[in-house]
Amino acid sequence: MATLEIHDLHVSVEAENGPREILRGVDLTVKQGETHAIMGPNGSGKSTLAYSLAGHPKYTVTGGTVSLDGEDVLAMSVDERARAGVFLAMQYPVEVPGVSVSNFLRTSATAVRGEAPKLRTWVKEVKEAMEGLQMDPSFAERNVNEGFSGGEKKRHEILQLELLKPKIAILDETDSGLDVDALRVVSEGVNRVRESGQVGTLLITHYTRILRYIKPDYVHVFAKGRIVESGGAELADKLENEGYEAYVKGGASE
Amino acid sequence: MAETIPAGSTTDGAIQVGQPADARVSAAPSYDVADFPVPHGREEEWRFTPLERLRGLHDGTAEATGGLRVEVTAPEGVTVETVDRTDPRLGKAGKPVDRVAAQAYSSFEKASVVSIAKDAVLTEPVRISVHGEGGVAYGHQVVEVGAFAEAVVVIDHTGDATLAANVEYVIGDGAKLTVVSVQDWDRPAVHVAQHTALVGRDASFKSVIVTFGGDLVRLHPRVIYGGPGGEAELYGLYFTDNGQHQEHRLFIDHDTPHCRSNVAYKGALQGKDAHAVWIGDVLIRAVAVGTDTYELNRNLVLTDGARVDSVPNLEIETGEIVGAGHASATGRFDDEQLFYLMARGIPHDEARRLVVRGFFAELLQHIGLPDIEERLLAKIEQELEASVA
Repeated sequence: MATLEIHDLHVSVEAENGPREILRGVDLTVKQGETHAIMGPNGSGKSTLAYSLAGHPKYTVTGGTVSLDGEDVLAMSVDERARAGVFLAMQYPVEVPGVSVSNFLRTSATAVRGEAPKLRTWVKEVKEAMEGLQMDPSFAERNVNEGFSGGEKKRHEILQLELLKPKIAILDETDSGLDVDALRVVSEGVNRVRESGQVGTLLITHYTRILRYIKPDYVHVFAKGRIVESGGAELADKLENEGYEAYVKGGASE
Repeated sequence: MAETIPAGSTTDGAIQVGQPADARVSAAPSYDVADFPVPHGREEEWRFTPLERLRGLHDGTAEATGGLRVEVTAPEGVTVETVDRTDPRLGKAGKPVDRVAAQAYSSFEKASVVSIAKDAVLTEPVRISVHGEGGVAYGHQVVEVGAFAEAVVVIDHTGDATLAANVEYVIGDGAKLTVVSVQDWDRPAVHVAQHTALVGRDASFKSVIVTFGGDLVRLHPRVIYGGPGGEAELYGLYFTDNGQHQEHRLFIDHDTPHCRSNVAYKGALQGKDAHAVWIGDVLIRAVAVGTDTYELNRNLVLTDGARVDSVPNLEIETGEIVGAGHASATGRFDDEQLFYLMARGIPHDEARRLVVRGFFAELLQHIGLPDIEERLLAKIEQELEASVA
């Protein structure tokens, strides 16, 4: 069973006046089939955790370990992490002008699966996944994220999640900027992947709203660069009622 | 996050009103080289060009030695002739505007004239192959398109040469001409040319300039309108490697009412001392009411050490126009795009290829010739592989 283990992770970014520590000792274990919600106020370092796990060059790991089934994730390049089974659905997906969605998806699936998917089954697979996310077929001919609405960008991220079938899915504020209908469609996509039982999900969010659609097994409160409280789904209800104030007293991390 | 960072570049823009048309050239246009002083490098039209690498094309010391093979393959409806200097069809599109173009006009021995008959609609392109065998040559090419004819001409430059040339396109009323000029020279080549298009009434001219090779390539596409309703589309694509100087200077002279022009040039640069220059001069004269023009230059700097000079320049002498605009941007290769693609498992080099192909994709779609498109894509891949190695 695939397991992502994060131990005492410290991460810094380069700021104007030298490096600034954002993650201050994160410990978390995510197993295949589990869903962990990470909730926290703005600026608590949630997104830094997501991007650090994916290997974004902006973030420097200054301490700790991350392993996937015992393999050292931190030693892998960005593409190696993806091929090892780590997937990050981004909050702000990047436009790639001149590269069509269909070309991008196929290139990506070829890289992750280690061989080009058979054309006939691939076309069917993409078509079904797009239908599930209520995406128009013409979407495949558009350039990656270029001119996409907020909802389209998020559907496109979850489309990739469904096609690439990672071991660990990190969803970075996938719910932000979505209206209720789009949130439902995107959540259903995530749930289809979760139902396979093959993926461990790290759901990063500011709001409890998405947890009505995607039920977490564990909820962690993130503040000042680390997990400050962990519990079951009931912890989300507490946050819904009380907010983050209890956790940010004594000054924010920024 | 896709911010534009000037990468060791200068990107100037200017909109000037009421400037004289010849403010940017140091001598009046002329067929005679003696009318132009030898440039010293500080003139507006020469300030970006390394004169010492012109191998004497600019100062009269480059003696013609031949060694240039020109072959024309043409379908039915096309007449191909080699003519003397006295042929009345030469020099009709316009005069040379700088010393090297005038040197070429003063020095060529025979000219090539390709004529497309009135009303002829060609189903196959005319292909002109220019292959250099290492000598110094002065060339003159005329492409004449009869009224209401439609033609595609592909001019392909390969091999090694020191070449100065004038190319004239004389496009009849209502005719349509597409020209693709590919500069796929060997690395040492020097190529300086003026391309002058005289666009007839309601005629369409499309130019696609593709520059990969050479040590120094300096092309000067010019458009002049012979009657109202003319349309010019000028597209360019260049890939400038370490040590190469590739310069594209455009001039569109809106001297006639109700004409249109659209310019889009895109270049990628990589390696130490790769230098790309793009000058886009558009002049809208007082008589040219109803003009609609837009020009764009984009540069993608892939590595440190490359330099871009991009200077759009729009001079407007009448307010009675449909539209006039320009855009110029030079950006570094976007690491966020690379991260996004790599985060989907795509290896670094392949991700880079996707981004660069994507950068050029929109331009490639304008070419409309599958064999040329494929060759260009292959060439781009080759360039990128060289940079990775």
